[in-house]
Amino acid sequence: MLGWELPPHNSGGLGVACYHLSKALALQGASIDFVVPYDAKHENIDYMKIHAATALEPLDRYGMGAYDSKFAIESQPGSKIKDAKDIRGVQRHYTKYVERLVSKKKFDAIHAHDWLTMEAGIRAKQLTDAPLIVHVHATEFDRAGGNQGNPIVHEIEYQGLMVADRIIAVSQITKNIIIEKYGIPADKIDVMHNAIDVDSFNDGYEYDNRTYRYLEGLKDEGYTIISAVTRFTIQKGLEYLVRSVAKANERYDRIALLLAGDGEQRDELIALAADLGISDKVFFTGFVRGKQWRDAYSVSDIFVMSSVSEPFGLTALEAAHHDNALILTKQSGVAEVLHSIFTYDFWDVDRLADQIVGIATSDSLKQALRENVTNEYAQLSWNDVAKKCMHAYSNTARVGVFA
Amino acid sequence: MSNVNAKRGITLYLHVHQPLRVREYSVFDTAINHDYFDDPDPLSDRNNEKIFNKVADKSYRPMNALLEKLLKTHDDFKVSLSITGTFIEQAEQWGPDVLESFKRLVDTGKVEIVSETYYHSLAFFYSRSEFENQVEAHKTKIRELFGVETSVFRNTELAYNDALAQWADGYGFKGILAEGWDPILDWRSPNFVYQPEGTKDIALLLKNYKLSDDLAFRFSNKAWEEYPLTANKYTEWANASIDDAPLINLFMDYETFGEHQWEDTGIFNFFEDFVGRWIANPDNTFYTVSEAIDANKPAGVISMPATVTWADAERDLTAWLGNNMQQEAMGHLYALEKDILRTKDLELISDWRKLQTSDHAYYMCTKWFSDGDVHAYFSPYESPYDAFLYYMNAIRDLRWRLHETHKTGGLRG
Repeated sequence: MLGWELPPHNSGGLGVACYHLSKALALQGASIDFVVPYDAKHENIDYMKIHAATALEPLDRYGMGAYDSKFAIESQPGSKIKDAKDIRGVQRHYTKYVERLVSKKKFDAIHAHDWLTMEAGIRAKQLTDAPLIVHVHATEFDRAGGNQGNPIVHEIEYQGLMVADRIIAVSQITKNIIIEKYGIPADKIDVMHNAIDVDSFNDGYEYDNRTYRYLEGLKDEGYTIISAVTRFTIQKGLEYLVRSVAKANERYDRIALLLAGDGEQRDELIALAADLGISDKVFFTGFVRGKQWRDAYSVSDIFVMSSVSEPFGLTALEAAHHDNALILTKQSGVAEVLHSIFTYDFWDVDRLADQIVGIATSDSLKQALRENVTNEYAQLSWNDVAKKCMHAYSNTARVGVFA
Repeated sequence: MSNVNAKRGITLYLHVHQPLRVREYSVFDTAINHDYFDDPDPLSDRNNEKIFNKVADKSYRPMNALLEKLLKTHDDFKVSLSITGTFIEQAEQWGPDVLESFKRLVDTGKVEIVSETYYHSLAFFYSRSEFENQVEAHKTKIRELFGVETSVFRNTELAYNDALAQWADGYGFKGILAEGWDPILDWRSPNFVYQPEGTKDIALLLKNYKLSDDLAFRFSNKAWEEYPLTANKYTEWANASIDDAPLINLFMDYETFGEHQWEDTGIFNFFEDFVGRWIANPDNTFYTVSEAIDANKPAGVISMPATVTWADAERDLTAWLGNNMQQEAMGHLYALEKDILRTKDLELISDWRKLQTSDHAYYMCTKWFSDGDVHAYFSPYESPYDAFLYYMNAIRDLRWRLHETHKTGGLRG
């Protein structure tokens, strides 16, 4: 298994998905060697062997942005390892490590996650007779949020998808992108939606109503809290969300927006809220982890996934688990597996405003959405995903071509 | 015009101020901790004690020592100071010796204290009653501390308009300070006393910004064609500027000496040298602001309907209130006035007023930040956006305290 991050050293959903998928695979009897590009302890993981491809600290890797492909062409000074100054350098080290690994040990399948590890996957396939399964959690088209994206990343993705013997897409939306933008035949691609491991949330967590005490105070005054828990990048469509909250506020002003996270768009969003005259209604937390992260979901009434392009969107399931009503863009893959939700096109700020006001002004609607979505997300299981994966491992013949 | 017997005088006026910077006060502090001004990190640029001690060593202590020496050496040397309440409170806490040295200056009888808002606020533009409260609070503090009465007024950032002058006239001030800005003055010189439009009994002193800014901004600029500025050259410029006029009003931040211009630029030696050279001419002297007004009848009436400040090329309030973040933040703060004052909770009122200090709004200024010219202004924050977020959280916390402790007001903005 070729990955880029695992909890607690993850900066987003990719690491979470890899963690649960691997765990479920191990339960199905898979023996997994998981390669990460940094060296750190993963104390909660005993079901597979974790390989550190470099001696970098996890933070060096965060600094280079596991998600922000623009860092692929910008160098980042201060790294401890020579020629690992940018993400491409780290990827070279990563690929070399994988080359050595596959020459020492025999594998039945190579499972590579996203563009970050696709080159290593291609090399592993060249050096062995194992099939290459490429798992697409996001493409450069998603990350660029409607912009062009990085041509180097596009090229790596294209190569990886071409050479792959089997492709796993995390949603139908992602499968369509792979077909339409990369020209890959549909029958080579399986859709396997992510799931949520509810047990992992049952760790003795109890909501602390002092974490967001001011928001709790607002709730006592009848406010509805809307939240987004995400990276502040253009892909996430937060500008539309802020505009929509301003519109909703004109009609019903007992609403507040909690923006939990951080990212390159933060300053722009702060200025936008001020320009719209709703700074007072918008709460910026900075990057949240642990209790602050869990409590952000818990304090919230309505979770909005405003993504311009979201291959899956695990956070929506996490929010549902913390009793939120969900509003998701139609461009979010997770919307394919949930029904008791509101959806809108990412650009449709009027529709989103309607939905926000609708939920905020109707306790029965809010209650119905919360309760019904609970039944839906609970049916999504990593074990089912793992079963499909095992099937793909054993039934995939080497068909990909080398470009 | 001017009194025939009067000497040509320099009116040196220095503004002494330190704000109480807000720490990195987050969403998670809001409604839990109320210590906006107490950064626990002793090395932080938002740690007010650290900054006070630094500036005290670099500026207040050496400059006061120099002023004391000059006042002793030269009978004619005079100076006027405005000292904000937020500075005084910090000095009481962290530098009693600094405060003592200011008292010794005032005790010479040759140092005049200028009136202003206690909290260095822009309250005049938001609430006349709050503004007057702060002027009174400052007058009281100055009376208690130095045993003197103030009679000449300067507003924060020298933000001035006709309405302010008319207010000051009605309030009983004999003089008021403003920027001597060319588009207002036109052919007139700042080196005379004027009368503000629509006033009866108040004089207007205008900053000679060219000569003031030669020291405050350009003194150590090696790219400046006049660098290095010698006392001799500056004396020649002063003589040329004053010509047959009675005054040169040099208004600047006190911290010009030692903090904005470090000791190694030679600013202290320059200043001592210049004072000596100026007074060496028997026709020359120094005036306090009151003396300058007493010695000269107004040469004409000046009108400034729109607000003029001493900042930037624009000389307006855009550095403080130019963007929507600044306007929202100030709007929300002043909206609390009635509820806060009604509580009579001195700590809450004091915190609310400390947040009125104009520096907070200045830290949110984006007009240079967007050009990438982040060094064009002083800020202890990573960005104006950070400054805004911490500040907004502090305002929310004020609301929380109102709500929790005094059961007044709501949390909504």
